[in-house]
Amino acid sequence: MSHATPQTLLVRGARVEGQDATDLLVRDGIIAETGSGLSHPGATVVDADGLIALPGLVDLHVHLREPGFEASETVLTGSRAAAAGGFTTVFAMPNTSPTADTAGVVEQEFALGEAAGYVHVQPIGAVTVGQKGERLAELGAMADSRARVRVFSDDGFCVFDPLIMRRALEYVKAFDGVIAQHAQDPRLTEGAQMNEGAVSAELGLTGWPAVAEESIIARDVLLAEHVGSRLHVCHLSTAGSVDIIRWAKKRGVNVTAEVTPHHLLLTDELVRDYDARYKVNPPLRREEDVMAVREGLADGTIDIVATDHAPHPAEAKACEWAAAANGMVGLESALRVVQQAMVDTGLLGWNDVARVMSKTPARIGRLDGHGTPVAEGQPASFTLYDPRPSRTFALDDLRGRSTNSPYLGRELPGEVRWTVRSGIPTVVDGAVLEAPGVLA
Amino acid sequence: MNTRTVMHDADIARALTRISHEILESNKGPEGLVLLGIPTRGVTLANRIGPLVSEFGGAAVPVGSLDVTMYRDDLHRNPTRAPRKTEIPAGGIDGKTVVLIDDVLFSGRSIRAALDALQDIGRPAAVRLATLIDRGHRELPIRPDFVGKNLPSARDERVNVRLAEIDGVEEVTIES
Amino acid sequence: MRHLLDTQHLSRADALEILDVAEDMADTQRREVKKLPTLRGKTVVNLFFEDSTRTRISFEAAAKRLSADVINFSAKGSSVSKGESLQDTAQTLQAMGADAVVIRHGASGAPRTLATSGWITAGVVNAGDGTHEHPTQALLDAFTIRKRLFGDDSRGRDLDGIRVTIVGDVLHSRVARSNVWLLHTLGAHVTLVAPPTLVPQDVSGWPVEVEYDLDRAIAAGPDALMMLRIQLERMNAAYFPTEREYSRRYGLDARRLAALPTDSIVLHPGPMNRGLEISAEAADSPRSTVLEQVTNGVSVRMAVLYLLLAGERPHTEREDLR
Repeated sequence: MSHATPQTLLVRGARVEGQDATDLLVRDGIIAETGSGLSHPGATVVDADGLIALPGLVDLHVHLREPGFEASETVLTGSRAAAAGGFTTVFAMPNTSPTADTAGVVEQEFALGEAAGYVHVQPIGAVTVGQKGERLAELGAMADSRARVRVFSDDGFCVFDPLIMRRALEYVKAFDGVIAQHAQDPRLTEGAQMNEGAVSAELGLTGWPAVAEESIIARDVLLAEHVGSRLHVCHLSTAGSVDIIRWAKKRGVNVTAEVTPHHLLLTDELVRDYDARYKVNPPLRREEDVMAVREGLADGTIDIVATDHAPHPAEAKACEWAAAANGMVGLESALRVVQQAMVDTGLLGWNDVARVMSKTPARIGRLDGHGTPVAEGQPASFTLYDPRPSRTFALDDLRGRSTNSPYLGRELPGEVRWTVRSGIPTVVDGAVLEAPGVLA
Repeated sequence: MNTRTVMHDADIARALTRISHEILESNKGPEGLVLLGIPTRGVTLANRIGPLVSEFGGAAVPVGSLDVTMYRDDLHRNPTRAPRKTEIPAGGIDGKTVVLIDDVLFSGRSIRAALDALQDIGRPAAVRLATLIDRGHRELPIRPDFVGKNLPSARDERVNVRLAEIDGVEEVTIES
Repeated sequence: MRHLLDTQHLSRADALEILDVAEDMADTQRREVKKLPTLRGKTVVNLFFEDSTRTRISFEAAAKRLSADVINFSAKGSSVSKGESLQDTAQTLQAMGADAVVIRHGASGAPRTLATSGWITAGVVNAGDGTHEHPTQALLDAFTIRKRLFGDDSRGRDLDGIRVTIVGDVLHSRVARSNVWLLHTLGAHVTLVAPPTLVPQDVSGWPVEVEYDLDRAIAAGPDALMMLRIQLERMNAAYFPTEREYSRRYGLDARRLAALPTDSIVLHPGPMNRGLEISAEAADSPRSTVLEQVTNGVSVRMAVLYLLLAGERPHTEREDLR
């Protein structure tokens, strides 16, 4: 970790996971005490009246772009964006340059995360060499490295060859690893630009049919069942996919699934103006799909929310649709979007938010000591979030290097006020600190 | 706002009758005449003058219309105007004496546009201009050959010609 | 009218205005001096990122007949092929004083991106974007149908109750899409005929009937049959097994031509694949409007340029888009 030292904080009146207000005494990186009317001389007092305290959020799916694409984001800028969103841990996808398919690259990413100091950066290793889908990467070496990789993914590409997928699922059992699949049949989605449906028919954009996601998930859950492995499904986006996961879980398949905040809120109707801010993979789907994934997240079929934070430079979005890159930044807006789509609609309580955005992602990623509850004796990693305000999401809400957010100009509730990682503040009074732990 | 009527229906009828006689006098008869009204009310007037000239002159005189919208020099300063119909009578205009007919002559720009339009349609032997009202304030060296009434006016005054076929009444008014 | 990007958002009033002004333009084309001074001093840029001699020449003729200056920019061998972005290309044209940009681009939505980007103040005319729309083609098709039906009495008329059948690769056809919206707006009844692979997956919201059998569609007696070019360059072979099978099942041959009502007309946007989607007999018959479509194309494009450029230009896109 960076040179920052843990602070002594006295948080007054926080509503832990939405429960009644309580005080928290943070000392030496631990939540030393909880209760009411706490006091501690010399502690920095944090007035948390009306604020929800959640365990430090854990994002199982971000793109930090370093090494190789530092114009869009670096581990440092991405970490700051994560802290601003209430995250204390992020899992970094391997589609960097060079690809994170060796112990050397994942250790480099791990070291960059430590040097930045804002969040724990947990590298994800590629499943196949160069993410080409042909040969397994050295999964064991990555697991044994300092980065202790447990999650492997070729995200951006589907592990399409069923034999390679089978072997990968089997191989990682040795170290309790999990394959996180980007489910997209490449043959059914050649040249695809947006969801295939009524809107794509009118707009003259090649469609990305739901069945291209669903058919891969269906295959993979059966493979996972057959070889007795864990499977994780990235950015699930369709109603049919939810149905398949529900069926698989009922059968006892050890599968988990994630959904992005944007798939909980936005539909393909937004593509009508050809505004490339809405171009993403998997694409924005229909209203019925948004409703289905919300229900899936509410009833536990979908286990977690993961942002798929995907920064891109301005010229990759300020152009005609076909030339634009896929992806949206999402770290700073995640909690606010989840509040709007799931909490304010009554589908999730704050305790559920803690579960789907912190505890369960840490568990899937096999990171002990992360996603721990805000309770006495636990690591002091938490975020204080104010659900009350309603503000237009603007450029100055973004903290990373890129600005490709679909929420610019949209009214969203809530605001992250504090983020603390192992007793070290990273966000204070809504502002990301210049250096972690260094209060003004 | 002050509105004054300067011509009633009888005045208009007398003016058109006189103009018709003047056209025949100047042309020494009906031979070779072609009357072209400038839309909108110039066409209405041409449709009245035509039969009068034919009657007084003892021979049918062809009548048509000449839209000048696409030849105007001030298009880009105004909202887009839809062009009107141009109907050149069957005998064409080559070698003919074309009499342009309009309701109000003001800056002269419409007539200049009409001359440009005629040039792209053919080569008349001569072009004459008949107008019901000449209100002065010419911006170009254009003069009418036949005038119903000279109406001195201030620039900011509005001259309105209303004809039964279009407006339901017959009058010429000036508003200040 | 600030831009012409599509027919889907073109109101009936605006569509009729374009067709009626096109009548006036067509009249001037019968004079000895076909040129009008109307757009003198205006600059029209043909920004063609896709090859298309026919459409480009048509727009060029239209602009020149209105005395506008024309600059032709074709992507091949230009800075674009070296990686210059749409934004930079557009801003270069703006700096050169373009009043209107006629754009043909391979990416659906590119004209809208150009028009709404704020990079240029010029009016944008969509000359075909990807598989999305080709509004001036639909306008000249509607003009042609109207002219054949009503002759000199066409002004002010719509196509209420007229039955138009469009045959071919609807999935990839911007001509089909533009025609569906415009014909519907003008009151016509539209039927689409194609193999199931060439109809978009979800057209349930389109104001059309879909028919997979061409003979059945012809037996219903359409007033106009529009044959689309089968775009061999756009697709891979799996849309239909062979050209021969396509031609047999979806081609307008002599037998089908004879089965059409005697007064029905045959349209084709060109260029034609003679012997594939349309036989020589059909293409050369008096029912075929292929050559008139070309002539009418110039009149319609003159009307569009006139309405876009002649008057004072509206200040915001909002007046125009939707």
